[in-house]
Amino acid sequence: MSTNTAALTHSVAIVRTSLARRLFKNPLGLISTIIILIAVLVSIFANLIAPFDPNHTDAMNLMASPNATHWLGTDAAGRDILTRIIMGTRGTLESAILVVITSIVLGVPTGLIAGYYGKTFDAVASWIANMLMSLPSMIVLLAVRAAAGPSILISMAVFGLLIAPGFFRLTRTAVMGVRNELYVDAARVSGLSDSRIILRHILSVVRAPIIIQSAMISGISISIQSGLEFLGLGDPTMVSWGSMLNEGFQNIFVNPLLVMWPGLAITITIGSFALLGNAFRDALEDAQKVKLNRKQAKAALLRAKAEVAELQAQSATGSESQASENHLLSVDHLSVGYPQASGNLKYVVQDVSLFVDKGEVLGIVGESGSGKTQTAFSILGLLPDNAKIAGGHIVFAGDDLVAPESGAISQQELTKFRGKRIAYIPQEPMSNLDPAFKIGYQLVRPMTQVLGISKAEAKAKALALLETVGINNPLRVFNSYPHEISGGMAQRVLIAGAVSCEPDLLIADEPTTALDVTVQAEVLDLLRDLQSRTGMGMVLVTHNFGVVADLADRVVVMQYGRVVETGDVRSILRNPQQDYTKELLSSMLEGKTPMTMLTGPLKGA
Amino acid sequence: MSALLEVTNLDVTYPAKGFGKEGFKALHSISINVGKGETLGLVGESGSGKTTLGRAILGLAPVSAGTIHFDGKDISHAGRNQRRLLSRDLQVVFQDPYTSLNPSMDVGQILAEPLQIQGMEGAAARARIAELLDQVGLPMDASDRRPREFSGGQRQRVAIARALALSPKLIVCDEPVSALDLTTQARILDLFLQIQRDTGVSYLFVSHDLDVVRHISHRVAVMYKGEIVEQGDSQLVTVNPQHPYTQRLLMASPVPDPDRQAARREQRKQLAWT
Repeated sequence: MSTNTAALTHSVAIVRTSLARRLFKNPLGLISTIIILIAVLVSIFANLIAPFDPNHTDAMNLMASPNATHWLGTDAAGRDILTRIIMGTRGTLESAILVVITSIVLGVPTGLIAGYYGKTFDAVASWIANMLMSLPSMIVLLAVRAAAGPSILISMAVFGLLIAPGFFRLTRTAVMGVRNELYVDAARVSGLSDSRIILRHILSVVRAPIIIQSAMISGISISIQSGLEFLGLGDPTMVSWGSMLNEGFQNIFVNPLLVMWPGLAITITIGSFALLGNAFRDALEDAQKVKLNRKQAKAALLRAKAEVAELQAQSATGSESQASENHLLSVDHLSVGYPQASGNLKYVVQDVSLFVDKGEVLGIVGESGSGKTQTAFSILGLLPDNAKIAGGHIVFAGDDLVAPESGAISQQELTKFRGKRIAYIPQEPMSNLDPAFKIGYQLVRPMTQVLGISKAEAKAKALALLETVGINNPLRVFNSYPHEISGGMAQRVLIAGAVSCEPDLLIADEPTTALDVTVQAEVLDLLRDLQSRTGMGMVLVTHNFGVVADLADRVVVMQYGRVVETGDVRSILRNPQQDYTKELLSSMLEGKTPMTMLTGPLKGA
Repeated sequence: MSALLEVTNLDVTYPAKGFGKEGFKALHSISINVGKGETLGLVGESGSGKTTLGRAILGLAPVSAGTIHFDGKDISHAGRNQRRLLSRDLQVVFQDPYTSLNPSMDVGQILAEPLQIQGMEGAAARARIAELLDQVGLPMDASDRRPREFSGGQRQRVAIARALALSPKLIVCDEPVSALDLTTQARILDLFLQIQRDTGVSYLFVSHDLDVVRHISHRVAVMYKGEIVEQGDSQLVTVNPQHPYTQRLLMASPVPDPDRQAARREQRKQLAWT
């Protein structure tokens, strides 16, 4: 067990250091942590640093203004305010800790059990949590004060109980989210007991939100406590910020400073807890998005362009620039990159040239990370905002989509074409239909917008299209919501939408990857049929050579953002020239002797 | 012959939410068996119940009728204690290498977990982990790293190493190569074959891909709508299938050559007309 715990603490330490570093990099996180740390130290060493006895009265110096002896002045009884603020810190923090501990002890374990096992315990615990949440906490606290006497600690413990449902719900939801994760299943298969699964695999997931929630609740509990004491419901024998506020309030017209000092202490402490919670959340959410300032970004882009120009000069001899007017679409020396923390661009597409003619199907093949989808998205102008086009140009039917040297996609030009002359079929049919609208509406709306036809016309056209894409009962699908149809049906609907405006170019990004193989065959049939009937050009992005063989006329093979090989489909599939294409094709299982090794000696994949 | 795994007339019914409603019957009277050192491929499309069958064997799906015998013992309704003993011999590799490894544990901890449950600690466990990493082709320093530092194929190697940790007799592989790139898939399939040659482990290999199943299996069972429609020798079932559904499945998977694919397309269309 010792090695295990050692390993465990080791890893936790790693998490903490990196988390702490991220937390303290955030100025708000750093400042709030320092303030809370000071408050903790002050409360611990209160007796040592307080300049006076908190109940020492200086009868000659009632309500004195701040001066050399009494830095913050004195109150109505001539007591030193600084001393009383210092002495009040402990009570404030104690009650915050009490509330947090009570609510965590009550809320987290019950949330874990309810989330993990569900069933009766969950039903009962949720019911109790709902009931507690519906209780008006101030009234309950007043009642407790009346019954149990003026102990602020008892009041705070009760407040902890009232606020525990927050932790319960948080934990329960988080646990339900991970309960069916495969690694929990794997632990079950290993025979791990439930308690160990919860401790090792599930608690780590809820740890972070609990810390954030604790910071928030600390702030809330301080305000509740101060509120109770301000109302005079606290322990009169204890020095506290709330009671100082109360006393100061009675003399607010004589000396407003008396209210200000405890008010300031309360505000700063609560604010620090709230900001710490936020900073924790930001640190945990790992906001590693690179935000370069403009200057840096521009420099990076210039540098990238220089690199690309150099690259093009090198490759100019290899691939001649294509005469773009003759092609439906031509992509010329395109480079796309994303800015990195270092200020450089990370290329996902590098010096890619390709073209599509009218009535031609171009297959772009590659593995994940090959840049095939990024290339397609560049043509569609669908790259994320932080993507930079570092070089090259894209010409569609004689118009520049990305002009040379512009470095950006001309959204204006694109809106002229997108949806009308360039259409798109996505990989995940289901996530590309809006679940809130009926399919009919989603088909009709773009047609009325783009083609400018009436709703009735559009509906007739949509029904005809649905029939064209092989849907037997178009009216039923027209009136269905996306969740009521299958994945294959959804892809047919999207294809119907894509061809509704009779595009010249169809870009299909892994159109059959999410589908079953029998459905894939039908969708490929449909695409082939539509393509041959309308004579549109098509870019087919896929990782599957079978799909390429089925549909494509020409093939571009991509790896690491570059074009490896391009050519006629038969020559690429039968007679690949490049090693990478050969490796890809040799990984195909069709036609291989079963139970034999496919690759050479074992390598890390 | 007594098989290592014998599933007889298995039904799995998921209970319905709410009273009075009938549950969802995911499996109907399934009978399969897997011998020692043998791979049974289980092929079918989404919703066919192939994953559910694997999960039922692992104790992760509710068995409503029929029996599962493993190594001569009835494990249809094995409790947690029996499962713990069983985990030495029966292991799993899941489809998604991203969610099957706990992101907050490093690879060493992930591999140590099954060892700890069986009481292996300290130097012995460390030696075993090094051996496992070597066996699946990962570098030694992998054990100090988190899953997120690895690619999909490497993560699947970690998952395979975890399954191998206790030298099991049977590994249920639930679509273990479906999420991987083509070249990575080839390497992982090689790894599965190599491990079987070295250790004599049996696989129940679940996949939607007929090519994958043909490549790795001795025998193949085809599932459709919760039932097994055809099972037998791998070459017979995947090259010359008898059941219409298997024929459709075979004809639907495209081949990487335009002319042969055109021919297959025609065959498929004829099949649809008959």
